Amino acid sequence: MREPLLDVRDLRKHFAVGGGLLGGKPGHVKAVDGISFTINPSETLGLVGESGCGKTTTAKLILAAEEPTAGAITFEGRDLATLKGKELMDYRRKVQVVFQDPYSSLSPRLRVGEIIGEPIVAHERLSRGEVQARVAELLALVGLRPDMARLFPHEFSGGQRQRLAIARALSTNARLVVLDEPVSALDVSIRAHIIRLLEEVQARLGVSYLFIAHDLAAVSHLSQQTAVMYLGKLVEVADSLALCAAPLHPYTKALFAASLPSHPDEMREEIVLTGEVPSALNPPPGCHFHPRCPFAMPRCSEREPALLEVSPGHAVACYLYES
Amino acid sequence: MPPVLQVTDLKAHYFGFRGTRVVKAVDGVSFCVEAGETLGLVGESGCGKTTTCHAIVRLLPPGARIVGGSIELDGENLLDKSPSEMRQIRGRRIATILQDPMASLDPLFSIYDQVAEPAYYHRSLRGARLRARVRELLAAVRIPSPERRMKEFPHQMSGGMRQRIVGAIAQAGGPQIIVADEPTTNLDVTIQLQYLNLLKDLQRASGVALIFVTHNLGIVAKMCDNVAVMYAGKIVEMQSVRGLFYAPKHPYTRALLDSIPKLGSKEPLYAIPGQPPDLSALPTGCTFHPRCSQVMDRCRTDEPWEHPLGDGATARCWLAIPEATRA
Amino acid sequence: MATIPARATPIGSVSRVAMRSYRIVAEVPSIPLLMLSILVLAAVFAPVIAPHGKFTPVKPTSAQCQEKFGTATCPYVDYVPPFWSSTGTVDTPLGTDFLGRDVLSRLMHGARISLVVALTGTLFAGAIGTLLGVLAGYLGKWWDQIIMRVTDAWLTLPSLVFAILLSSVRGPGVWNVVLILALVFWSRYSRAVRGEVLALRERDFVRLAEINGIGKLTIIFRHLIPNVMNTVMVLFSLQVGVAVIIEASLSFLGVGVPPPEPSWGLMMAQERDSLMAGKWWLAVFPGICITMLVLSANMLGDWLRVRLDPQLRNR
Repeated sequence: MREPLLDVRDLRKHFAVGGGLLGGKPGHVKAVDGISFTINPSETLGLVGESGCGKTTTAKLILAAEEPTAGAITFEGRDLATLKGKELMDYRRKVQVVFQDPYSSLSPRLRVGEIIGEPIVAHERLSRGEVQARVAELLALVGLRPDMARLFPHEFSGGQRQRLAIARALSTNARLVVLDEPVSALDVSIRAHIIRLLEEVQARLGVSYLFIAHDLAAVSHLSQQTAVMYLGKLVEVADSLALCAAPLHPYTKALFAASLPSHPDEMREEIVLTGEVPSALNPPPGCHFHPRCPFAMPRCSEREPALLEVSPGHAVACYLYES
Repeated sequence: MPPVLQVTDLKAHYFGFRGTRVVKAVDGVSFCVEAGETLGLVGESGCGKTTTCHAIVRLLPPGARIVGGSIELDGENLLDKSPSEMRQIRGRRIATILQDPMASLDPLFSIYDQVAEPAYYHRSLRGARLRARVRELLAAVRIPSPERRMKEFPHQMSGGMRQRIVGAIAQAGGPQIIVADEPTTNLDVTIQLQYLNLLKDLQRASGVALIFVTHNLGIVAKMCDNVAVMYAGKIVEMQSVRGLFYAPKHPYTRALLDSIPKLGSKEPLYAIPGQPPDLSALPTGCTFHPRCSQVMDRCRTDEPWEHPLGDGATARCWLAIPEATRA
Repeated sequence: MATIPARATPIGSVSRVAMRSYRIVAEVPSIPLLMLSILVLAAVFAPVIAPHGKFTPVKPTSAQCQEKFGTATCPYVDYVPPFWSSTGTVDTPLGTDFLGRDVLSRLMHGARISLVVALTGTLFAGAIGTLLGVLAGYLGKWWDQIIMRVTDAWLTLPSLVFAILLSSVRGPGVWNVVLILALVFWSRYSRAVRGEVLALRERDFVRLAEINGIGKLTIIFRHLIPNVMNTVMVLFSLQVGVAVIIEASLSFLGVGVPPPEPSWGLMMAQERDSLMAGKWWLAVFPGICITMLVLSANMLGDWLRVRLDPQLRNR
């Protein structure tokens, strides 16, 4: 077994809200409530879920932009919580991110070459010429011309800006890139370009991705493994193709049913969920999904089901599959 | 019976810099929608689908003008109507649902006030009958406990609920046709499914015609009876939904279908080369030719017309036009 | 519904250049720029192009001396009216003052003072205010609290009264006025800039820099300050007008630029009584100059604000 690149164990992040002078009961928003997964080198893990499920918070935790309330993040064998100073900088160099909005992720007043080179300058001691050479290399890698380094972000289209964001993420030889909905804001015909680019880059450089999205089709296309998140918890983790062939958890099934058909006659199991996503401030007791679940049983509201492996590489957190 | 909406050769242009710069946002668009039918208007950003919607209800932004064509609602040309006549028509006979529900709902007014407004002005309902109608509308869009919700305000509702309320407002005037401009883009997938099913049920119940503007071919597959694909201000293909998916006639449609990731498939995606065109500097000949995988010499110089394929279907491509008529 | 034929043919390159130039000229606010250019040119080239010195009285012609004093020669002729009246000469087109000094030349030299004082004063105010605003907005917590409370307090002080107070402490002098302007007006900037920074720091590119481990100081100078420049520039151009008036007021009250420097405000002050005595040109022309400067600065600032804002939205 290869040593995993990133290993997350029982990660939790709770935000305190309310209480004090503002009134209301003090409470906790359990944005991330005990998730565990691994990402291997040169592989992609897809993380799907709807708004409020905690995927953005997970990204922030992995990027060390937030500190976990509990749990461990281990990268290349080192626990993130123990890293300080230079080692933390090194972590930041190796773990990068590409955001969703191509229009606000690039600093409007800097030239594109400076934007891409910024992480290099922050982390390594290279001469100006060397940095420029690296920037030219990166631009070529993402399919843009090296002479574009002197242009400003507003002179590029959305798809091109996303390429620039990817170039910037790769500028310091990152090992893991967190992709936070990288194609949702792009035109349909451009999405294919960016997905192809990400695939090529992974094949060439051996980079791993944490691909966060709500589009199941895009996620299953790019990822080897897919994890489904609901209200701070992972409900199912499996190999992407196996998941598409036979989703187990009722929520996963609902997501698949809701994901739009690729042609008019496609037969889908019609699962329409009732109600809305409950608030993370007051999640339902037991399995968080039970109020909306078409298969709910009495025990679902009593205790939370654990994420258990039901077949090799396929884990579900649901009493339907607990023997 | 004439179709509910018949648009013929519609042209709407943007004029900038005191008339020196013309952007042909919509340049000769024709389609028709029957009662109870859903027409999908598909295309990417800049193709003109949103401008078409604005043109239909004659609410173009300043700087844009309709420069040609006709828009016939039940046989009457909307372009001949005066502003006060149009005010009677908007809301009462044509309603709109826009992308961002927060922008469509006024944060200062209660849900009741906003849903009641079209019914008040266009159907002259008052008092108890108005309340009953609002309750009916909210129930039709499946808002739980409508009596309580009526008194609430938009910021107290979730995104999915807001979009449903926008749907209720659209229905309130009893329109013949609803123009929906990407209403589900900001919604979660499962909420989107609820909403689309709701729209379909509403349509079945009231027989309203629906124009659904989207860039998502999946929604088209689920919702639409007929589809018009737009590119650079023109319709490049119009077919029934099955015709479009199983036998696309225009290379752009084919390329779009091939570029979308399909669930459970790792087949490499086809990436359409090039960029969507700059509408103020369009290429000569067929506007798609720089990106077309099947481009011929003719495509670079002559622009193809919208060639009828029978049964209301059309394709704007030299490949679809038989040799004999290519004169 | 009038139909407008759309352009079907591509436009030739020469006419395209002409059209572009027309667009630029039509978009640019020509009147304020013209006014401002005149004033700036006068200020910059005053020592070279002013017909006479700023301190020395104009050497009068014997005809003038004869007319005024009845002698053939005289050291100076005071209160000569502008050239269009009967006793005026083209030599001193806007007349002379009580010491026989040419009004036009003094106005031109005065332009230097007004412009320099207003510009540098506002510049320093802007620099201090912007820096404090960025620190308050980005570093937050007690930086924010302290800086903003000080700003709030500072803003409640009436600027003219405060300026007078400071000048009574520092005394008259050109650079003292600059200092006073900086001290009085920095708070306008810090408030506005802090607001911008609060919005900016949530933007993706700032978060990205933080995630990348880029130091706070670098983020401030590389990402935050360049992006608040739009707001600062607009504020700056609007504040210049205010600074001119404050300087003129201070000089008018005798606590700003000291005589014999030809500050416009001072000129108006010294000739207050002349206005009543019928020698209107001594007070009116400096007043017109002040008006021109403030008006053009304000119009420019307004135009800048409109111009810069939509761009930000679109980008």
